[in-house]
Amino acid sequence: MHSRVIVQTDDFDVAEECRALANSGRCGAVTQFVGVMRDRNEGDDIAAMELEHYPGMTERSIEAIIERAGERWPILAATVIHRVGSLLPGAQIVFVGVAAMHRQAAFSACEFIMDYLKSEAPFWKKECKADGTERWVDARDSDAQALNKW
Amino acid sequence: MITILFFAKYREQLGLGKMNFTLDTALSVGDLKKRLVSDGGEKWAEVLLADNTLCAVNQTIANDSVEINDGDEVAFYPPVTGG
Repeated sequence: MHSRVIVQTDDFDVAEECRALANSGRCGAVTQFVGVMRDRNEGDDIAAMELEHYPGMTERSIEAIIERAGERWPILAATVIHRVGSLLPGAQIVFVGVAAMHRQAAFSACEFIMDYLKSEAPFWKKECKADGTERWVDARDSDAQALNKW
Repeated sequence: MITILFFAKYREQLGLGKMNFTLDTALSVGDLKKRLVSDGGEKWAEVLLADNTLCAVNQTIANDSVEINDGDEVAFYPPVTGG
């Protein structure tokens, strides 16, 4: 199983990443998830967001999640790209792509990787509201609960 | 000597992202928290003794009983909010 994990400030090209995954040998299915920055959160207009991570640990923790997905489903390759730094509403934040021989493994592994990324990978978001004030985003119980289905 | 890192909200609360700490005796994560709080006071207690504070030793999640050795990298951070 081939994995590719990147944390970067730059944007990413979804089509290019999917094409690369489709080129995995014996590939019959590619699934993708793209997380996008919302312009509203908890009733407030959000003007911008600042994302930070723990260099080294973040990448290792995502690699470990992909490895666990690979133990549960027969996947051929997985790519995770997560942006950090300053982002504006509408910006792509995260890409999770999975290649497998058949769709079920690709769908399940993609969702599994994203669910665990949200609750384990060390990233933190700070929102800059439209009124100029800033706040750190709190972790959501629903993200922790999402792991129960696995 | 060990390196201690603080991320996100905790870095701002403490006004500190990274510090060195000399280990004069073997310490667990829980011991280290108590030492830092007794040296630093209220502000440090708020960060380190919060129920949901996470700790990693050498970039692996660690609970209070994990032993810290010389040269280790210890990080404290709030619940994660990526994706």
